[in-house]
Amino acid sequence: MSTLPGEPHSSPSTSGGTPLPRGTHVLRSHRLGVAVRVYRPALVLGCVLGGLAFAATVASLALGDFTMTVTDVLSVFTGRSSPMLAHVVVDMRLPRALTAAGVGAALAISGMILQRLAHNPLVSPDIIGINAGATTAAVCAIVALTGSTRQVTGAALAGAVGTALLLYLLAYRRGVAGYRLVLVGIGLTAMLTSVTSYLITRTDLNTAARAMIWLTGSLANRSWDHVGIIWLGLAVLAPIALALTRQLRLLQLGDDTAAALGGRVQLARAALLFTAAATAAGATAVAGPVAFVALVAPQIVRRLLRERAVALLPAAACGALLVLGADLLARTAFGGTELPVGVLTGVLGAPYLLYLLTRMNRIGQA
Amino acid sequence: MSTQPHTTGGRIATSDLTLGYDGSPIISELSLELPPARITCIVGANGCGKSTLLRGLGRLLRPRDGSVTLDGEEIARMPTGKLATRLGLLPQQPLAPDGITVSDLVGRGRHPHQRWFRQWSRADEAAVRSALDATGLTGLSDAAVDELSGGQRQRAWIALALAQQTETMLLDEPTTFLDLAHQIEVLDLLAELNSEHGRTVVLVLHDLNLACRYADHLIAMRDGAVAATGEPAEIVTADLVREVFGLPCEVMDDPLTHTPLVLPRPGARKRR
Repeated sequence: MSTLPGEPHSSPSTSGGTPLPRGTHVLRSHRLGVAVRVYRPALVLGCVLGGLAFAATVASLALGDFTMTVTDVLSVFTGRSSPMLAHVVVDMRLPRALTAAGVGAALAISGMILQRLAHNPLVSPDIIGINAGATTAAVCAIVALTGSTRQVTGAALAGAVGTALLLYLLAYRRGVAGYRLVLVGIGLTAMLTSVTSYLITRTDLNTAARAMIWLTGSLANRSWDHVGIIWLGLAVLAPIALALTRQLRLLQLGDDTAAALGGRVQLARAALLFTAAATAAGATAVAGPVAFVALVAPQIVRRLLRERAVALLPAAACGALLVLGADLLARTAFGGTELPVGVLTGVLGAPYLLYLLTRMNRIGQA
Repeated sequence: MSTQPHTTGGRIATSDLTLGYDGSPIISELSLELPPARITCIVGANGCGKSTLLRGLGRLLRPRDGSVTLDGEEIARMPTGKLATRLGLLPQQPLAPDGITVSDLVGRGRHPHQRWFRQWSRADEAAVRSALDATGLTGLSDAAVDELSGGQRQRAWIALALAQQTETMLLDEPTTFLDLAHQIEVLDLLAELNSEHGRTVVLVLHDLNLACRYADHLIAMRDGAVAATGEPAEIVTADLVREVFGLPCEVMDDPLTHTPLVLPRPGARKRR
């Protein structure tokens, strides 16, 4: 039996500082026997980004073909507006804005988990095939079935989760290592993309056009159904992701150290992989494969926090802000033409990816 | 130092242990007893199964057959989290997350003592503080691990294993990539942890002379089997070194420590 005696604990004031990392605080309730660590810069960043995302939501409600003031928007929620205003806000703009925020948050959470899991800052659900799986299945539904919202959403969900399962099985060899996951994922992405292209070339022009719009990632005409899917998904998956943060912190130390510290490595990794896949699946199901958000949002937060925290929630707020901002631009910045949001996130995200790659080359990291 | 707990040290034993990855086993039917509260060094040529044995002892590798016991309990049957409070292991090249600070890294050694609702206790705080203190890293607790020197980084990892507060520590080549002064620094630290706190320390070492100096108990391995085991002064002879490393040498008495000192013969390669 372990016979370690209790620590002869000296009062905390005798030696300098606490050995907790700087900025980390412990919220403690002796009555409940609960002690939770909080990294204050992450909390502050999360609040700032969350506030900005809220502001972007309000802006999304006010701006568009028909521009209204913030007071007009507020009047809708206090029930003192004209039915026309209420229709524009409640039935058209609000579901779209809430879907955008949910999609951004989900993609960012997924990307953050995968980047930490694979020990690789360039990993995201777009790269390891999760989004490609959702896309292939959704295009299948558009081409082979009627392509109703319900069909497309269901197909995308099934496609993403199926791909995650396939990915896990193919990468499994005495457990799943980070790099093998990435390589197998890139292979799967290539395969699935060619299937999608094949499907599009074999169908008529009208159907192909509908599929193409879905393929770029669009938030046009999102209804409360979409809001329900993505936010219900987040309500289930975000707490799971947060609960798995402790395991994720352990896996960051490498498999051997994690196992030596009592982590159940393979179980934790499988749970994290499927949480990340399911989160990305929900986002892709309601908005199509919105490019680069899952890669860029975690990166921004990691840089701002200098890697000092896993920071799932700040990343989620950052993702929501990015998609809301991109969609607002896509809707309003190009005169009469409305662009799919995926075009904008791609145009903005690609240079950032190039910047990351060149910077990593210079430092000489793998 | 005084806040590191005193222990009686864990007693590790194997019985008919067979270990391997794919294909044929690397270690077959090995039965060993490691003395508790002592320093045991595992030595041998590259690829002789040293690290495999250590991984087996630390349950990173499940036995194909036979068992490893800690104080008589079979470790394969113990709950993972409970074992981690009694047996610590430092792998050969541990992976530090980007930008992690020393105190954050060392704090993660407390994982087996924590729960999701109890992420930081006074015991955690005391353990991390004394681990930083014992490894001389208190002043560097806010530094990023990837900015430390090789010796400091290794001390940070040892501090993580210390914060885990296990009675038994396994270390896989903790001195690799360190210069001689830093190797001695790390080994002196481990010797101190052993003598002052009664921890059982088991390490794989490349350097036979250092192993002879620091080990109470030596396990010399060759081709997955034990060639000799016992006190260095009793077992290390020119014949053993020739058998284990294929190296013609003289063994002398180290004038400073009176442990065996292995001197390879000049031009040994040609006469092998």
